[in-house]
Amino acid sequence: MADEKADLTLSAQDLCRNYGDHAAVHKVNIQLKRGEVLGLLGPNGAGKTTTMRMLTGNLAPSTGSIEICGIDLLDKPQQAKAHLGFLPEIPPLYRELTVDEYLLLVARLHRVDRQAIPTVLNKVKQRCGLEDRGKHLIGTLSKGFQQRVGIAQAIIHNPDVIILDEPTVGLDPNQMREIRKLIRELGVSSSVILSTHILSEVESVCDRVQIMHKGKMVLDETMAGLQQQGTHLETVFTELTHDNE
Amino acid sequence: MIATIIRKELSMLFASPLAWILLTLIQLVLTWVFLGRLDAFLEIQPQLLQIENPPGITEIIISPVFAMAAIVLLMVTPLLSMRLLAEERRNHTLTLLISAPVSMTDIVLGKFLGLMIFYSVVIGLIVTLCISLLLGGTLDFGLLMSNTLGLFLVAACFSALGLYVSSLTAQPVIAAIGALGVLLGLWMIDLAASEMDGWLHYFSLLKHFGHFNQGLIDTLSIAYFVLFMVTFLVLTIRRLDGERLHG
Repeated sequence: MADEKADLTLSAQDLCRNYGDHAAVHKVNIQLKRGEVLGLLGPNGAGKTTTMRMLTGNLAPSTGSIEICGIDLLDKPQQAKAHLGFLPEIPPLYRELTVDEYLLLVARLHRVDRQAIPTVLNKVKQRCGLEDRGKHLIGTLSKGFQQRVGIAQAIIHNPDVIILDEPTVGLDPNQMREIRKLIRELGVSSSVILSTHILSEVESVCDRVQIMHKGKMVLDETMAGLQQQGTHLETVFTELTHDNE
Repeated sequence: MIATIIRKELSMLFASPLAWILLTLIQLVLTWVFLGRLDAFLEIQPQLLQIENPPGITEIIISPVFAMAAIVLLMVTPLLSMRLLAEERRNHTLTLLISAPVSMTDIVLGKFLGLMIFYSVVIGLIVTLCISLLLGGTLDFGLLMSNTLGLFLVAACFSALGLYVSSLTAQPVIAAIGALGVLLGLWMIDLAASEMDGWLHYFSLLKHFGHFNQGLIDTLSIAYFVLFMVTFLVLTIRRLDGERLHG
């Protein structure tokens, strides 16, 4: 039991978030082990982005608790955030900086050891396929490369928990494949949460899937479990999130 | 951590042409005033010699230059402060700072101090301009000091207010207009209060700067400046925190 607890990199209990009377997220539980890739699914407006913003400290939950690597995010936000990497839906890029300048800034913000910075920068650029783009202005890069810079920004400090909000949106099929490969690599040493609308992406990348609908978690199942039951993710998704109104 | 934010602010400020254009324009305007006053001084110099205890070049040339500088900074601050938070929000880059292990206080202070370093450069250039008068005479360094201190403090107040207004919106232009409106309002108080001759004067930033401009380092004015600055910085931090809690 103790081992299992130590392996938990992220644990969110009974997360709720209200906007006025409207409950955007209601009693959501997420637990994530090291080396696990979790797919967060749900129709638009289900509360995926709100949940992710809460997990990264961008939004305070109305009730509930979040622990990152055993550190409470609400009590000790700075220590907890050091273990987090976050790519929001719209990558937070400074268009007037070059890729190198931008990654250097992010590395400093995440307190990467000063001496290690050049190696870290090279490694992350290589991982995200940005080797020959270091001197380019971010604003002049194509959407695909901007997305890669966004991912590089999230993984530069080697975080234990990586949260990616729709990382493959707007990419061409080749780029999607590369990014998925990268996510699987990341899932070996860290935990990854990934939200997406593409069901095949979840099937190819994730170990576990959680489906949200109208702010509630309606499914939490491992991919292996789904396969054993012989059900397709798509059927499950339609069943759980289809409105009969 | 504050150092990282300051560095980022300055490098982004000087990467854009805005900073350079503003530095040039400020210097151009103030040099114009400076030369105008110098000209006037040379014209009235013979008459000054005839009166007892005449005002020196510091009072005749430098004080008006600093008075003008305060007004120029009042106009320029909204242009510089608007980008600080409003633009980050519009470009969705504020998320990057908030997700990083950096506190809100660090973010706000870093941005504020970054702007203050830029103003130190501006004020440094003005002081250099004034010191060039040493070529042809002597200066009252006490008066120059009090003017420099006053200008620095009043610029800090402008920046703190601009930063707060910038935290209220996601539109840089609205932030600029808002900050300019409030700053002009605080200036206009002077005109409104002159008739009533009352307590309203205490709220005017430029009125307090006027004391420094005449060489009077008034504790009340310093206290007002510091309070003003701290209030708006705290409001900014609270505003950003509130957004996380309620937004």
